[in-house]
Amino acid sequence: MPARSARPGFVLDVDRSTPPTLFWHGEQYHLERLPAGSRVVYPPEALPALEHPDAAIRHALLNPLGDSQPLPSLLRAGMRLTICFDDISLPLPPMRRPDVRQRVIEAVLDMAAEAGVDDVVLIAALALHRRMTEQELRHALGDRVYDAFAPQGLLTQLDAEDPESMLHLGTTDAGEDVEISKRAATSDLIVYVNINLVAMDGGHKSVATGLASYRSLRHHHNVRTMQHSRSFMDQHRSELHSSNWRMGRHIAACGIKIFQIETTLNSNTFPEQFAFLQRREWEWTARDRATFLGVSKSLDRTPARLARSIFQSIRSPHQMQSVQAGEVEAVHEVTTRNVYRQQLVEVQGQSDILTMGLPYICPYNVNSIMNPILVACLGLGYFFNLYRGKPLVREGGVVIMRHPTPWAFHPVHHPSYIDFFEQVLAETTDPLEIESKFEEGFATDPWYVHLYRTSYAYHGVHPFYMWYWCAHALQHLGGVILVGGDPKAVRRMGFKPASTMRDALEMAEDVVGRDPSITHMHTPPLLIADVK
Amino acid sequence: MVDNPAVIRERLSGKRVAVTGATGFLGTALVERLLRAVPGCEVVALVRPGRRASAEERVRREILRNDCFHRLRDEWGDGFDAEVERRLTVVSGDVATDGLGLNEDDRLTLCSCDVVIHSAAAVSFDSPLDTAVEVNLLGPARLVGVLASSGSRAHMVAVSTAYVAGSRRGLSPEALLPDTPFSTEVDWKGEVDAARRARADTDAESRRPECLKRFAKLARAELGAAGAPVLAEKLERLRRDWVGDRMVEAGQSRAQGLGWPDVYAYTKALAERALLESRAHVPVTIVRPSIIESTLSQPHPGWIRGFRMAEPVIISYGRGLLKEFPGIPEGVLDVIPADLVTAAILAVAARGPEPAGPDVVQVASGARNPLRYRRLVDLVQEWFWEHPLYDAEGQPIVGPEWSFPGRGRVQRQLQRATKALSVAERAVTALPIRGRAAELPGHLENRRSQAERALGYVQLYGAYTEVEAVFGVDRLLALWHSLDDGDRAEFCFDPATIDWRKYVQEIHLPAIVASARVRTTPGGKTGANRAERGRRALLSKDRHIAAFDLENTLIASNVVESYSWLATRHLPADERVRFTLRTLREAPTLLALDRRDRGDFLRYFYRRYEDAPADRVQQDAWELFSQLILTKSFPAGFRRVREHRALGHRTLLITGSLDFIVEPLRPLFDDIVCATLDRDAEGHLTGELRSAPPTGEARALTMADYAASEGLRLEESIAYADSASDLPMLEAVGYPVAVNPEAKLATIARKRGWHVEQWSRSPGGPRPLMPIGPLLRSARVGARS
Repeated sequence: MPARSARPGFVLDVDRSTPPTLFWHGEQYHLERLPAGSRVVYPPEALPALEHPDAAIRHALLNPLGDSQPLPSLLRAGMRLTICFDDISLPLPPMRRPDVRQRVIEAVLDMAAEAGVDDVVLIAALALHRRMTEQELRHALGDRVYDAFAPQGLLTQLDAEDPESMLHLGTTDAGEDVEISKRAATSDLIVYVNINLVAMDGGHKSVATGLASYRSLRHHHNVRTMQHSRSFMDQHRSELHSSNWRMGRHIAACGIKIFQIETTLNSNTFPEQFAFLQRREWEWTARDRATFLGVSKSLDRTPARLARSIFQSIRSPHQMQSVQAGEVEAVHEVTTRNVYRQQLVEVQGQSDILTMGLPYICPYNVNSIMNPILVACLGLGYFFNLYRGKPLVREGGVVIMRHPTPWAFHPVHHPSYIDFFEQVLAETTDPLEIESKFEEGFATDPWYVHLYRTSYAYHGVHPFYMWYWCAHALQHLGGVILVGGDPKAVRRMGFKPASTMRDALEMAEDVVGRDPSITHMHTPPLLIADVK
Repeated sequence: MVDNPAVIRERLSGKRVAVTGATGFLGTALVERLLRAVPGCEVVALVRPGRRASAEERVRREILRNDCFHRLRDEWGDGFDAEVERRLTVVSGDVATDGLGLNEDDRLTLCSCDVVIHSAAAVSFDSPLDTAVEVNLLGPARLVGVLASSGSRAHMVAVSTAYVAGSRRGLSPEALLPDTPFSTEVDWKGEVDAARRARADTDAESRRPECLKRFAKLARAELGAAGAPVLAEKLERLRRDWVGDRMVEAGQSRAQGLGWPDVYAYTKALAERALLESRAHVPVTIVRPSIIESTLSQPHPGWIRGFRMAEPVIISYGRGLLKEFPGIPEGVLDVIPADLVTAAILAVAARGPEPAGPDVVQVASGARNPLRYRRLVDLVQEWFWEHPLYDAEGQPIVGPEWSFPGRGRVQRQLQRATKALSVAERAVTALPIRGRAAELPGHLENRRSQAERALGYVQLYGAYTEVEAVFGVDRLLALWHSLDDGDRAEFCFDPATIDWRKYVQEIHLPAIVASARVRTTPGGKTGANRAERGRRALLSKDRHIAAFDLENTLIASNVVESYSWLATRHLPADERVRFTLRTLREAPTLLALDRRDRGDFLRYFYRRYEDAPADRVQQDAWELFSQLILTKSFPAGFRRVREHRALGHRTLLITGSLDFIVEPLRPLFDDIVCATLDRDAEGHLTGELRSAPPTGEARALTMADYAASEGLRLEESIAYADSASDLPMLEAVGYPVAVNPEAKLATIARKRGWHVEQWSRSPGGPRPLMPIGPLLRSARVGARS
C-alpha cells in the first residue's frame, strides 16, 4: 500500500556545522542557532495516505472491530439515530475540503437511507466549546449534508447549559456525575465521528467529554486530575482518561449503544508553499531557503492582523491515514497505535531545558486569535505533555517558549478569558487557588452562560481548563521563559519575558545551573517524545 | 497722649468693640487679637448671614475654626468656648443693605459699642462695578448713618487703603482726601447712580434677541445636543456671566479713567468722601493700610487667610507658569504684614478720636523701610531655588528669570498667546475625536486659561508693581512714639522692625506654599492616584443605580451600523455595494442631524425600518449581537456592568437603540430602557416609534422616575456616558462618569472633576471595514439542540 516509505522521527545532536534551527513564533518564524551539544527532536515524516479513503471508510463500517456488528445491521427503519462529530478544534489547521467528517458522515447517511432510517439528528460535540458558524459547519460537513439537515433544524450543536437537552445518567463507581446530551442518550444508536489528531483524543473521551455538561466535566477537568496525568497523551498513565473510561463504561452500562468511527491523519500539515516547515533544515533545498526567506521577511513587514488572517486561512493538506469503526475501546486501541506510528520519536533521557516555538494555532483559536492564556496552554498544556514515559525536561528544569503573546483577545469567542486574565491572574497564578476561589463563579455566571448559548463564546469556565492544562508543567518545572512576548502579558501569567533566545538561555542557567543540556521540540508537525 | 505702661490694653478694657467684615482676612485677625490681647474687652462681630448658614454659624465655622485661633485655643484650653460665649456677640447684618439689615436688638447692640472698626469690603480688584460700589463705597456711609441716627457716640475706625491716592508719583500724605491737593474731585452720589444704572442697562442689553441668539449658539457649541433644559440653563449662565464681565470691565475702565489702579481703590476713595459727608456727629478715624500680607509674628508668624494678591502671582511663578511679570525694578512694592495693621488699628482705637475732627493714619512700609521690587523678586527666586515646587511627575520646576519688561509688552504677548490658543482650542473641539485624543482640547484649554490667568494678574496687579507713590507715615510714627515699651512689645506696628529677607523667605513664602495646593516633595506618587480613587468611589457598596449609555460607552457602534448590518444581511452582492454607497452619501446629513437633536435624528432614521418583517429582523438581531455588538464591545465596560451588579447596584441600560437590537444584552442588566417601533397587523415594522426615544433630558426624567419607583437615590447613583448630549443624565446623578468622552464632554468632565474612563475594543477582535452582514448561503444556522 505505501507509495514510498516515510523516515522515522530523528534526534539531531547540534554541532558547529548544524544550520540554525527553525522556531515557530506565532504568525512568524525565526532561525535560532542552538548551542553545540543541544538536541533537536524531529517528528517522523508524513506516513502514506489511504489511497481510496471512501472505500476504506465503507470497509471499516462493514468490518467493525471488537464486539460490534457491521453498521448496516445496526440500522433499521423507525429507529432514532444520532450522529455526533468532533467540532472546529479538530484537525489543526482545518483541512482542505472534503473534510474527513464529511466523507464519514455521508457514508453513514447513505447506509441509514438504505435502511430507511428517517429520524436522524446531527450534533456537533462541542462540550463547552464555542458554537460553530454556518461557514465552519459547511466546511466540516459539506454543503449537501448541511443543506439537507440545517434548514429542518436537524443539524444541532450541543447546548450543555440547556437543562432540557441534557440527561443525567447517574454516577460512576468513583461518584462522578455522568450527564450527556439527552437526544444522544435517548437514541437507539449514537454514531460518533472522530478525528484523532493527538493521542489524547477519541475513545470514551469522545462521548463522555464531547457531549457532556459542566456538571460532568468538572470531575476530570480539574487540577488534581491534570497533575496526575503523566501525561494525558498517554492514556494508560492519564487520570483524565481513567475518569473518561469510567464514564464511558457507565454510559455503556446504561444501555446506550455507541458505534465509534475514528480516523487518523498523516502529518502532512502545511501546503506546498510552506513545505520547508516539514523538512529538516540541513536538507532544505535552494527553493526551501528562498521561500523561507521570502515568507519570513514579508511576514516581518505584515501587520499582525493581516498576518493572522493569512495564517487562519491556511487549509491543511492532511490526508486520512487510517479509519476504524466499531466498539469504542477496540477501535481506540488501533487508533492510538496509528497515532503513535505517525508521531512517536524515541528520545534518550531528559534535559535541563526544553525549547519550543509556538505556532499561530491551537485547538481553541481556529478563525480567532491566540490569546496569552492559549499560548500558555499550547506550550505548557499540549507541547509539554507530548511525551510518553517522562517529560523531555527534568523536574525543576526550564521551558523556553517562543511566541509574540500579545495582550489581545477575541471579544466574541473568549469573553471570559478577558476577565480571567484581568481579574483572576492579576490575583494569583496558582491553579489550585484559582480553582477553589474562582471556578464556580465563572462557570455559573449567567452572562457567560448566555454568551455560550446564544453567541459564539467559549463557556465561562473554559479559561480555567486552559490553566489547569498547564498544572502538571507548572508543578514539574523550575521556570518558564517566553521569548519575544509582550512583557506585561507574560509577567501577568507568572512567566519571565526575554527578548532573545540567548538571553532566555542565560536566564535559564540561573535556575538549572551552568552548561545545561537543551532539547528543542521541532514541532509542528506534531510528535510525541518517547523518553527512555 | 498715652503715658502709662500697656495703655492700649487698659484703655480698651471694659470697652465694647464692634468689627464688621469679621470673616475677612483683617477682620478675623482683629477679632482674635481683641479677644487675646485685650482681655477686658467685649467684641461685637457684624456678619452677613450666608445663603445656607446663619451669621452665628458662619462665625463658628469661618472665624473660630480658622487656624488664627489655634494659639488662643491653646492658651485658653477647655475654657475657650465659655470665654468666647461671654465676650463675643454676633450681630447679623449686611453693609450692602440700607440700614445694614439689622433687627432692633442688633441695632441697639451695635450702637452701644464704644468703638466700631469697619473692615468689611469687597477686596477683589476685579469686582463688578456695582458690587464694589454697594459694599465698598456705600458700606461705611451706611454704617456711620446707622450710628448717627441712633445717637451713638462710638468712635468709628474705618479701614480704607493707601491706594486711594491713585496712580500718582511722589509723597501721599496722611490727610483727608478733600484736603489733598491732587485728589480727584468726583461726585460720589452721581457715581452710585451711574453704577446702578449700568447694571440695569447691561442686563437689558443682555436680553436683546441678538445677544440671546449669540448665547444660544455658544451654549450649543459647548454642549451640543444636550436637550432644552440643559441648554437653557447654560444660556442663562452665559448671559449672567456676560453681564458680570461687562460690569467688571465697566468698573476697571471707570477706575482707571479717573486715575485709580482698579475698582477697589476707586470705590474706597469715594467711600472716604461719602463717609465724611454722612458722619454727622460720629467721630471718625480712617486707617489706610497698603498691601496686607501674612503676619510677622501675631498670632503666629506666617498666618494668612485666603489667596490674596501676591500669593497667586508668587505660586504661579513657582509653578513656572508666569514667564514674565512687569514692574519697575527699583520701584517700591508697599507690603505690610497683617499683624502690624491690626496693632495700628487697636492703637488708634485706644487713642480715641482726634478732638479736631476726622483724621487719617496710614500703615505702610514704603517710606520707612522700603522693599524694592527687584529685591522681592530676587528673594522669591532665591527661595524657590532652595525649595522648588514639583510637577506631576515629581520633578522639580525651575522658575523663570524675570527681566522686568514694561507692562504693555507683557500684556501684548499674553494677549496674542491667549488668542492663538483659543482659536486652536475651538478648531480642535470641532473635530469628531474621542477618547485620549479628545483630551487635546482640554490641554489647550488648560494652556489658554493659564495664559489668561497670567494676563489677568498682569492687568490687575501690574499697576501695583509700577506705583511710584510713597505713602507718608508721620502720624503712624507719632502714634508709635507715644507708646511705652510694654505696648511696643505687644502691639508692634513700626514698619522698621521688618527684616525683609527673613519675612519673605522664612515667613511669607513657606506659609503661602503650605496653604497653596502644590507639590513640595520630589518623587513619584505614592498611594492610589486620582483615577483609582474615583473608581473605588464608584465601586462602593453605598451606590444605588449604575446607568449606562450604549453607543460609544459600551460598544464602538451606533444605530446606523446596526441598521446597515440588518438591511444588507439578505441582499445579494451587487445591491450591497449600492446600499453602501447610498449610506456613505447620506452620512454627513445624518451626522449633522444627530448633532442638532438626537431624538429627531432617531425618529427620522428609524423610518427606514418601515415594512421590515419584524420576526426576521428579530431573529437576525441575534446574529448581529455576535457579529457587531460583541465584536465592537468594550470588554472593560461589560466587566464594569457586571462588577456593579455583583455589588448589588441596580444596573440600567438607557439607549436610543431599538428593543430587538438590545434584547440579547438583557442578561447583562437589571433593566433596559430603549426605543420600540410599532408593528402593523401583518407583523411588519411601521418605522414609527411607540413613544419618545430616551434621549437628552428624557434620560434624566427616566432616571428620576426609575429611582423614585425603586426607592433609590440619584445622589448615590452613577451614570456612564460618552457625549455632551448625555449631559442631563450625567448631571442627574451624584457620580457621573465620562467614557471615551468626545471633546465637548471631555472638557466638561475635566472642569467639573468627573471621573473619566478610557475603554477600548479588545485588540484581538475582528475589524470589519463595513458594517454589513456577511453573505449568506442559506437562511438558518444550526441552532443548539
